[in-house]
Amino acid sequence: MKEFLSNRIAATGLAMLMVVIAIALFAPWISPQNPYDLGKLDLMDSRLEPGGKYLLGTDGQGRDMLSAIFYGLRVSLLVGAASGVIALTLGGLLGVLAAYVGGRFESILMRIVDIQLGFPAILVALILIAVLGKGVDKIIFALVCVQWAYYARTARSAALVERGKEYMEAARGLGLSRTRIVLKHLLPNASPPLIVVGTVQVAHAIALEATLSFLGLGLPATEPSLGLLIANGYEYLLSGKYWISMYPGVALLLTILAINLVGDQLRDQLNPRLSRA
Amino acid sequence: MTVYVLRRLAQTLLVLFVTSGLVFGGLYLVGDPVEILVNPQADQEERARTAAALGLDKPVLEQYGLFLKGMFAGDLGKSFVFGRPALEVILERMPATLELAFLAMLMSVGLGIPLGLYAGLYPDRKTSKAIMAGSILGFSLPTFWVGLLLIMVFAVQLGWLPSTGRGPTENVFGFSISIFSVEGLRYAFLPSLNLALFKLSLIIRLTRAQVREQALLDYIRFARAKGLPRSRVIGVHLLKNILIPLVTVIGLELGSVIAFAIVTESIFAWPGMGKLVIDSIFQLDRPVVVAYLLVVVFMFIMINLVVDVLYSALDPRVRIAEAK
Amino acid sequence: MLEIENLVTEFATRDGIARAVNDVSFELKPKEILGVVGESGSGKSVLGYSMIGLVDPPGRVVSGSVRFEGRELIGLPEEEMRALRGKRIAMIFQDPMMTLNPVLSIETQMVETVFAHESFDRAKARKICLENLELVGIASPERRLKQYPHEFSGGMRQRVAIAIALLHRPALIIADEPTTALDVTVQGQILYEMQRLVRETGAALVWITHDLSVVAGFADSVAVMYAGRIVENGRTEDVLHSPRHPYTRSLLDSVPANNIGQVRLRQIPGMTPSLARLPAGCSFRERCGHADAQCSSMPEMKTSVRCHHPLC
Repeated sequence: MKEFLSNRIAATGLAMLMVVIAIALFAPWISPQNPYDLGKLDLMDSRLEPGGKYLLGTDGQGRDMLSAIFYGLRVSLLVGAASGVIALTLGGLLGVLAAYVGGRFESILMRIVDIQLGFPAILVALILIAVLGKGVDKIIFALVCVQWAYYARTARSAALVERGKEYMEAARGLGLSRTRIVLKHLLPNASPPLIVVGTVQVAHAIALEATLSFLGLGLPATEPSLGLLIANGYEYLLSGKYWISMYPGVALLLTILAINLVGDQLRDQLNPRLSRA
Repeated sequence: MTVYVLRRLAQTLLVLFVTSGLVFGGLYLVGDPVEILVNPQADQEERARTAAALGLDKPVLEQYGLFLKGMFAGDLGKSFVFGRPALEVILERMPATLELAFLAMLMSVGLGIPLGLYAGLYPDRKTSKAIMAGSILGFSLPTFWVGLLLIMVFAVQLGWLPSTGRGPTENVFGFSISIFSVEGLRYAFLPSLNLALFKLSLIIRLTRAQVREQALLDYIRFARAKGLPRSRVIGVHLLKNILIPLVTVIGLELGSVIAFAIVTESIFAWPGMGKLVIDSIFQLDRPVVVAYLLVVVFMFIMINLVVDVLYSALDPRVRIAEAK
Repeated sequence: MLEIENLVTEFATRDGIARAVNDVSFELKPKEILGVVGESGSGKSVLGYSMIGLVDPPGRVVSGSVRFEGRELIGLPEEEMRALRGKRIAMIFQDPMMTLNPVLSIETQMVETVFAHESFDRAKARKICLENLELVGIASPERRLKQYPHEFSGGMRQRVAIAIALLHRPALIIADEPTTALDVTVQGQILYEMQRLVRETGAALVWITHDLSVVAGFADSVAVMYAGRIVENGRTEDVLHSPRHPYTRSLLDSVPANNIGQVRLRQIPGMTPSLARLPAGCSFRERCGHADAQCSSMPEMKTSVRCHHPLC
């Protein structure tokens, strides 16, 4: 932790990330208005420039952009974090299991992983959403399907290294059960690389969800994430009303940047092979 | 080598088969294309007629069977919307996407490798730090948002370049290509730059990491000890070694650029396959979506194959291992 | 021909400044063979790099002088240094797996070395390469020239590296542990070949190694390095038979061939100190059996021995 904070850029990233998370958590309490309570919106106030009554201006329905961004951040982070946690659990377990069980199970699983990773994430997600339709649950499902393979591969290779080590022999010698060996010994040791992959993947997931929502294939309009906010502002962009699209984009950028900065530093720290010589 | 290629082709067929089944089945469950195609006031009879004309009145399994039969005959069905063979519609749009992807790869490789090389060779210089900071920013910027910014700055504010659409095309070997004229390039510049940015950052980071790793190896020191000029040590000894892993990545990224063109084409209203597939998804034009996926999957697998062949051409160690 | 005086090379590390070469001086006459002996981390490789101008950042030659054929090499412009490298001074390295570029053919790697210093036509350059491959004992050089490094065994690869080093008949060859990564039998062959080749081509040789026994039957003189310093140097017989520095003595005691069937091999206790955190005074004192209070201050220096204990 001390080493982490000694890197100024990484520390900034971490601070930014904390702020972003705090905003997402407390959005209903810190937002100037509830952007989805139609009764509170005043059409007379639509498309106001930033400054004045509304710090970041308003959108076509007179919605305060700052509040919309706070709420959008909430949805974006929720989708990113939820899909990340599920994919990590699923992929991590499958990967460790593959390394532990070996044989047919391992080779088939890894084949699937290889084939899936050969396809760009956006394509896989797009197909799934096209098939499944819109919705928070569906987009989380699609993102999990896209991401699990990265975790599975990482977990397997980490677990393969651990499997060869002496303490594993000792654990087996002690007659510990398989489940116990996998859960208590292999998984914890495979976690540092999983965490590193995890930070990168969560950033990817957030960007991907925003992209899909922007294309109109992600979340329904009732739960707008940052991507949908940007899409909504798109039509006003060409007429010079930049703020409706611009500020949600900045929020999205800062979120992803913060996660990437933290991830970069984690990778340098947790991976001795990559640490600067 | 032949065995290897054959095995890969068999795998291709399997993947194509699975993809088609998943997508076909999935799209069938999502919605009824007839609802979208016919006039909302149409009566039951007219709906039934439309459905029968499209072959949608048959059970889903039979539809899929007919589809598979057609697929192996090179017929991917007729587009509901265009009323023409889906494959034809896709192939018509393909040159537009490919020229975008080509320009984007050209930009990201042409800039990425030199910049990464520089940042790797002189890691402590200010310029290098700026390059790396730029690359992490490029890595974090969502593609579609950058597209909006590009339009806003270069098309709306400055008015230098057209914001949407494709320039005039000319016929080159039977393909309509727009990037051989200045006017066409003006249209293609912003979308391909947009598509290139993420890949550019990726290639910079990869090249730099490779340089940092390879430059410490003894063969570089030995090349210098032989008294070779620096240009040759870097341009031949170092570059050829870092190119090997880079070729793999660049090949994979080409596939990903084609997929990501979906986003860029939507923003810049570029009439490629990506824009087509998004429209088709909304219109539930199932044959086009399925045909697009099969075409793209096929392209990916071919790209992978080419990369593998190229890889062995670059690396003598692989060549020998296969000859044995 | 080669005179090194008070050479200091430092590296900036995370732990501070490490003096990899600390106040090193020696001389080398034409055709002389010098063995530089030291443990890993003693700075002997860096000494080699310093002589040929291949010290990379974060390292740099801080002070001192390297005079070669009457020219001062420290501070020489890079282009002039490059013209010397491979031409008048050649270097070969430890791991033959790593020194040849894996993706270029032997022909490319040899011919480019010829072209780096001469403007011959390609046919003549090839002919020189073939002659040199033959010289180092590579059979069917014509066929071998077209091959890639991975098609050679470790010993053969090192022969190729030596052939490249000899291409321009340099006056000085620096060999940085060229036999360490090889099988023992191959080691013997390469040693023998090297001896023959320097005699035939008239080159002087600096042979860097951690193995005293390699140097024993081979070098005219020996320099023993410890923690960046040369602690003792002199004629090979003198240093091996009557070492004057306790470190040299310990090294000799740890060589198996020196005491067959006699006493147990003696280890040198402890580890080589980190160059960035050397103890004050004599840097060997923490591992030395003879150390006393006097050693904590910088010991007085005799002509070639940096220790105040009269061992002989």
